[in-house]
Amino acid sequence: MSEKMNEKLIEVKNLKLFFNEGKKNEVKAVNDISFDIYKGETLGLVGESGCGKSTTGRTLIRLYNATDGEVNYRGENVHNVKNKEKTLEFNRRMQMIFQDPYASLNPRMKVVDIIAEGIDLHGLASSKQEREEKVHELLEIVGLNRDHAGRYPHEFSGGQRQRIGIARALAVDPEFIIADEPISALDVSIQAQVVNLMRKLQKDKGLTYLFIAHDLSMVKYISDRIGVMYFGKLVELTTSEELYKNPLHPYTQSLLSSIPFPDPDYERQRVRKTYDPKSHNYTDSDDVKMREVKPGHFVYCSEKEMQEMQKTF
Amino acid sequence: MNNILEVKDLNISFHTYAGEVQAIRGVNFELKKGETLAIVGESGSGKSVTTKSIMRLLPKSNSEIKQGSQILFDGKNLAELSDKAMEKIRGKDISMIFQDPMTSLNPTMKIGKQIAEPLIKHQNFSKAQAKQRALELLELVGLPNPEIRINQYPHQFSGGQRQRIVIAVALACNPKVLIADEPTTALDVTIQAQILDLMKDLQNKIDTSIIFITHDLGVVASVADRVAVMYGGKIVEVGTVDEIFYNSQHPYTWGLISSMPSIDTEDDELFVIPGSPPDLLNPPKGDAFAARNRYAMAIDQSEEPPMFKVSNTHYAATWLLHPDAPEIDPPEAVQRRRKQFPGNVTKGEK
Repeated sequence: MSEKMNEKLIEVKNLKLFFNEGKKNEVKAVNDISFDIYKGETLGLVGESGCGKSTTGRTLIRLYNATDGEVNYRGENVHNVKNKEKTLEFNRRMQMIFQDPYASLNPRMKVVDIIAEGIDLHGLASSKQEREEKVHELLEIVGLNRDHAGRYPHEFSGGQRQRIGIARALAVDPEFIIADEPISALDVSIQAQVVNLMRKLQKDKGLTYLFIAHDLSMVKYISDRIGVMYFGKLVELTTSEELYKNPLHPYTQSLLSSIPFPDPDYERQRVRKTYDPKSHNYTDSDDVKMREVKPGHFVYCSEKEMQEMQKTF
Repeated sequence: MNNILEVKDLNISFHTYAGEVQAIRGVNFELKKGETLAIVGESGSGKSVTTKSIMRLLPKSNSEIKQGSQILFDGKNLAELSDKAMEKIRGKDISMIFQDPMTSLNPTMKIGKQIAEPLIKHQNFSKAQAKQRALELLELVGLPNPEIRINQYPHQFSGGQRQRIVIAVALACNPKVLIADEPTTALDVTIQAQILDLMKDLQNKIDTSIIFITHDLGVVASVADRVAVMYGGKIVEVGTVDEIFYNSQHPYTWGLISSMPSIDTEDDELFVIPGSPPDLLNPPKGDAFAARNRYAMAIDQSEEPPMFKVSNTHYAATWLLHPDAPEIDPPEAVQRRRKQFPGNVTKGEK
């Protein structure tokens, strides 16, 4: 993975997304965050509900227009694209898998048409037969079979529907997939099936993932690097190993100490930490930003805090 | 006799257009005084139906608790109690916390009134007494400024605060049994940790027995004294929390435990339970789990396994525990866990 990691696929620079901008009820859902996603990696994004992780994912794929900042895909800002052809091209490269497999599939469309919608839109099949063959192939890739093509979404279980959602995303042969809580609506035994499928597809097709979730043990398992968000800010970003072994931001520490693990002995010894954002005591003169505290380990902190963290190594 | 609740041979069916769905097929368990019993299993395994039947909250129009089912509480069989008699128990001796704190409170009622309601109804409190007790309860569940908050409406609270209020309502009459149906599933991990701590703390203070339904094994490890694993409308394994996590015997429990990545799971593939749960319209002959079980034997297809005894507290329904069953190697994650368990037994007695 290391040699692949050098190629930047996506560069997010000072991205902001405010709802109700300038009004009294303005919400700074994403407030000045920057990060890179490298080709072939899985970047996990975690945080509690309302922290802006889904909004970040949706802004990357332009379901929302950024208030400020850039999202560069192979060096081109996706929010600046004006002509239709370019838009289509970006849409082909970037796809999304949604959280709720019950809401994200049109109940009035047959599976074959759901999956082939992208193929039609981008003109990827020259004949009806080719279109059908492609759909059958996709169904088999995600572990369903060709007989399923003629059915409607309600005939499938949650895990099967999520597979259809994945097949739809794969139909246009993307290189980057945003998965917004793809497994949180599924049962434990089915979650493992979907996660294994996503990892297999990544290996076979060299896909890059942004994996948004709040189930931290699964995120650790699937991600190469993890970003932690809190109130619209990215507070920590590093490899998943390092994040679990050596969390530096107090919010990350509190988050990790709250996850119950399926191990009664561990649970009896667990000490929970709480996070109080006031504990930082930042003053106006503190330049609080993302700093590289250790090589590859970024923390949102002030100069003084960074020095204190570095003392502990 | 320290069993506060005993469920014996519980059978429940739903009558649908497609036919009779046998949702619960012979469930037996007991709840001891002061303990937390966790019931785990995937959706459709029957965990919610079991607990709803204890509260007698199943829809009358299409559900049927079969003859011979016993839910013994306080010398009465709840399965046969009249609606009127059940009303005296529900919310007083047995109360329930639901999954979604957004929908289990009445949006048009001040929260103080919602907490006072069971007190006035069941305990003949005066309004003033009930208000006083409501303030105490809000304090108990850790809601700041109860004097002000008591006059507010549910929408003025966050999800975690609402769940605290729901707990306060459930605890108002000091119930003997508290049923918590996925009480933290809708909450964030940090809030979940607070609510779990609160429930453990309250249990120590008021000595209630808790039935805790969840599909999150992490939560089970953190709250449970004993665990019952449900599959296809039956309990397939029951034991203390250590026995289930470190010495499980049923292949379905193995699947559940090893399909979740633990803290130190590395790059290897996750263990997967193939296929999907059984269709309870036509429950399979033999072991309901056989179709998804890689350790299934010929007998699993034809005959249902009885509960084999592993220890005085640990039982599992799998033919693998039969003295004549072949030796097999459970999944690696299970073997790793077994090393943490002293004196483990592999073969049981009937």
